[in-house]
Amino acid sequence: MNHFFKIEDFSCGYPGKFVLEDISFEIEKGDFVGIIGPNGSGKTTLFNGISGELETLSGNSKLKGKFIQQMSLKERAQNVAVVTQNIEVGSMTVEEYVLMGRIPYRRQFQFFETKNDFTIANKYMELTGVTPLKYKYMNALSGGEQQLAGIARALTQEPELLLLDEPTSHLDITHQVQILNLIRRLSNELSLTVLMIIHDLNLAGEYCDSLIMMQNGRMRKKGLPHEVLNYKDIEAVYNTVVITRTNPVSGKPVVFLVSEETFGKGE
Amino acid sequence: MQRKYINWIFFIAALLLLLLISVVISLSSGEVKISRTELFAVLSDKNSIEYTVLTKIRLPRLILAIAVGGGLSLSGAILQGIYRNPLVEPYTLGISGGAALGVAIAIVFGFHAASFVILPISGFVGAMITLFLVYFLSVKKGGLSVNSMLLIGVMVSFVASAAMMFLMSITTSDNLQSIVFWVMGSLDESNMMLIKIAIYSSLAGLVLTYFFAQPLNALRLGEMRAKHLGINTKVTVKLLFIVASLLTGIAVSVAGVIGFVGLVIPHLIRLIIGNDYRIIIGSSFIGGAIFLILSDTVARTIISPNELPIGVITGFVGGLVFIVVLSRSKSHFKLN
Repeated sequence: MNHFFKIEDFSCGYPGKFVLEDISFEIEKGDFVGIIGPNGSGKTTLFNGISGELETLSGNSKLKGKFIQQMSLKERAQNVAVVTQNIEVGSMTVEEYVLMGRIPYRRQFQFFETKNDFTIANKYMELTGVTPLKYKYMNALSGGEQQLAGIARALTQEPELLLLDEPTSHLDITHQVQILNLIRRLSNELSLTVLMIIHDLNLAGEYCDSLIMMQNGRMRKKGLPHEVLNYKDIEAVYNTVVITRTNPVSGKPVVFLVSEETFGKGE
Repeated sequence: MQRKYINWIFFIAALLLLLLISVVISLSSGEVKISRTELFAVLSDKNSIEYTVLTKIRLPRLILAIAVGGGLSLSGAILQGIYRNPLVEPYTLGISGGAALGVAIAIVFGFHAASFVILPISGFVGAMITLFLVYFLSVKKGGLSVNSMLLIGVMVSFVASAAMMFLMSITTSDNLQSIVFWVMGSLDESNMMLIKIAIYSSLAGLVLTYFFAQPLNALRLGEMRAKHLGINTKVTVKLLFIVASLLTGIAVSVAGVIGFVGLVIPHLIRLIIGNDYRIIIGSSFIGGAIFLILSDTVARTIISPNELPIGVITGFVGGLVFIVVLSRSKSHFKLN
């Protein structure tokens, strides 16, 4: 069967230091997949492997039947867009920044943006709600607004696959929910395929269609949120005592932490 | 049309006008006074002293000022883009020093006797070796902080100038004089061929850099993110290094070490028109040319009949402007 995005026996990393091994999974078009796992489990390394930042050591990744490794940098940028955790851009307006998403489509000596570039950039600024900030400087925005602009820029690349590296870290719950609602909506309405690294297990369970759990450079588990977020796997991977329940409204799994003290009393 | 593009056109037009004004000022001032209105009339009278002064002395100097000022300024703008740091330029990174060492070696060992073209070539090679050295030192250590990178640049400058002093102390007094004179920095160059090489390679550098306007813009986001946008950053950075070395090496080989042009001009340009490389490249070049034309005019008229080394003027003006700008607008002091 032809999957939209498929990774097979994939291995990448820094030989001698940290290497991801035996990663295999597939994602269908429009899926919103979360990658969870403790620090150092290889989440970002996996991203760097997919985006081509790191060389593939073995195995392959295929997007719409095409090997990502064989794509040119430009072609790859037209297919895979990345939003990194921190967006360090200084004096550049939001519009300028979002328009950078059109760089992969520029011809060799094309000097100016085309009308189409502006149309596309405007469309996604509208969609992400950053249009009112269009002429503001990136470094004057809040963390949440920067993330939104980052997503607008990535969408302007019109990718098949969107990689998000912890889009909600350092944000308060208002902005966390705002951003995840947006991604959920994009995934539904544009049937955008999203792969997102996220630390917060509850947000991961609430928003993602399925989850991939990483542990020590390997994939421990992949499945629906309630399959992955069970106390056995979480305790094994995170080395932390938790209990899981079901959110009464959404029916999605919820993870509760248990402090050492309470845990001792319960024994 | 986009408002931004219209601003750019106005900005370039204003710069070109300024350039024209500085050209007129430069051509008309000096020992032999030629009034501004007479400039064209003088050019038609081939037998006058004024004609000789203009075409044989002032015009070559003017062309050299454009080549050197434009080249150094552009080289600074390129380096700032690669390092994402507004404090780097050929001088602060030690590249000018490396180029100077290259040229000094050529003079001391008499390579330039074979052909004077050896001078710009050795300047270019010296600049390139230094630039790659500084870059690999900073990359090897896994992204050096701004300060330590600049420190490496300063150290490279010291090593280069120590080596130059060594060369000067073992060489003949003839060579010594030409090295000393040239190290102080001056646009006084009688070899028309060298001037031609300087202006052609400077303009070639300008055109070449324009091919990298978009990659330089993408690099404002950082190397990794530029790569995510489909830019082959490794190749881009290497080619831009070669262009920056070419611009610096040739400027140094004809005019000596002239500091701060590459720091001050791109910085002012960024403050006025923003950080888009499509406008920065051209306007840095023109701005650098204007700055050096005016500096040179001052250098040769202020203590006339004697002449100040031009590095004195650029150092004063450049350094002061930079300090003022820096202390006034901390918030603007960010690149990319």
